[in-house]
Amino acid sequence: MKLTALTAALALTAGAVWAQDVAPTDVSYSEYGEVATPLTAEAGDAERGMQVFSQRSQGNCVACHVVAQYPDIAFQGEVGPPLSGVGGYRSAEELRGIVANAKMTFPDTVMPAFYKTTGFIRPGDAYTGKAASDDLPPILSAQQIEDVVAFLLTLQEG
Amino acid sequence: VALAGGADDDVLTIDGQEMVSKTAAAEHMADTGIDEVVSGWHFRTDETQALEMDTFDNPAMIFVDQAIDMWGTVEGEAGESCASCHGDVDTFKGLSTQMPKVDADGNLVVMEDLVNTCRTDRMQAEAWKWSGGEMQAMVSLIGHQSLGMPMNVAIDGPAAPFWEQGKEMYYTRYGQLELSCANCHEENYGNYIRADHLSQGQTNGFPTYRLKQAKLISKHNRFRGCIRDTRAETFAEGSDEFRALELYVASRGNGLSVETPAVRQ
Ligand code: HEC
Ligand code: HEC
Ligand code: HEC
Repeated sequence: MKLTALTAALALTAGAVWAQDVAPTDVSYSEYGEVATPLTAEAGDAERGMQVFSQRSQGNCVACHVVAQYPDIAFQGEVGPPLSGVGGYRSAEELRGIVANAKMTFPDTVMPAFYKTTGFIRPGDAYTGKAASDDLPPILSAQQIEDVVAFLLTLQEG
Repeated sequence: VALAGGADDDVLTIDGQEMVSKTAAAEHMADTGIDEVVSGWHFRTDETQALEMDTFDNPAMIFVDQAIDMWGTVEGEAGESCASCHGDVDTFKGLSTQMPKVDADGNLVVMEDLVNTCRTDRMQAEAWKWSGGEMQAMVSLIGHQSLGMPMNVAIDGPAAPFWEQGKEMYYTRYGQLELSCANCHEENYGNYIRADHLSQGQTNGFPTYRLKQAKLISKHNRFRGCIRDTRAETFAEGSDEFRALELYVASRGNGLSVETPAVRQ
């Protein structure tokens, strides 16, 4: 999303619909993998982000990560590092980049890219085992990325 | 990677016979970072483990018994049974330790291929479905004849190109999640991924009885499931790709005892 486009839209239709979400193919990563510009106009919602984090049908981040302050989330995995304090040492820009495409921050990481639509080997149609159609949607929407980033920023333990 | 849960230190015996369920990795594993290969049994709960230790408790043995019946049953136009040509099934003792193998025509074949060739060409009966109950029961019966014997598949000579193909697949990051077999079973065995305790993904216990599905699971069915879970388009059971992958994965377990039929959650 170009800042000029955003402000132009704002000036024209103040209070109404914001500029469109940043498309997965338009996300701009810094040299270290950060994404400075939010993917949506609407600010992230940490409550919803917690759902994205824990629900199997959404991000299912707990498959790989422990968040100690939420013991009620069952079966927290250990493939990735615990994230209980990640909001204390990572910025929103870093977190947005890691969730959108962690390989920009950690080359070759096992962590999947959640806001990426191209460059896959034998992409499937979700968990059906069948081939994906051409316009493969990202695993998470722009808003879900912003929501989960907002949630991660609340994790300040340890 | 820290092995948080890791493999346990229990000893696997089946009807009192000790299995080799952990052993030094084969030479070809040198660049994998794995120096000890470990049976999937070591990553399961005590309750699940116990079911495999006594063939009377093993829920898969019902299917092995059914296969004994099928072994002696005449089917097909030729009027033959497995028994009429092969006598006792224990003549296949040791065969499973060498599977997959390259046949006289230069094709890589797995146990299901051998069984179906006899069904169609020699019995003139219908081929069994790859992951169907009959086929997997028969593969289990034949595998069970090698119980306790070390896996020993050949990877050189005519097997070499198939092995290379399988190895390449093992390290390919398939699907929208971009995960390879190695990402889960080489880099992360011992770790939990959500509720699942990751093992090394060995095949020495196959066909395995899955408590969740209450039936025998073929190797190719397991491969399909794992690839599907990466949000990928899978390969078909019985495809050449899965034959090659089966050879490569089996070779990673060379030295481990055949545990067929193993019990998993
Ligand atoms: C399949 C495993 C897996 C899944 C699923 C996964 N991650 Fe990760 N994640 C990792 C690994 C492994 C790392 C460590 C990075 C590396 O490879 O060095 C990591 C790193 C991170 C980091 C950086 C931690 C730090 O200390 O800097 C954040 C933040 C993170 N993940 C958030 C998430 C979120 C949010 C989701 C879900 C939307 C998620 N992860 C899903 C495996 C995973
Ligand atoms: C009419 C005879 C006949 C019948 C019936 C028959 N087979 Fe065979 N089978 C053979 C012959 C011949 C071979 C090839 C032997 C060889 O390659 O040395 C063979 C090979 C095999 C092999 C491969 C052995 C090896 O060492 O590679 C397996 C496994 C096998 N049969 C299983 C079965 C099963 C299971 C059945 C019944 C469903 C069956 N056969 C029925 C004749 C028969
Ligand atoms: C996203 C993680 C993941 C990936 C990628 C993956 N698997 Fe698995 N696999 C699992 C889980 C979870 C299980 C069940 C627990 C266990 O035994 O590890 C499993 C089980 C297995 C088993 C059964 C082991 C036993 O002892 O019962 C085999 C064999 C296997 N996988 C092979 C493969 C192969 C081959 C590939 C690549 C084509 C692969 N897996 C990719 C997660 C994965």
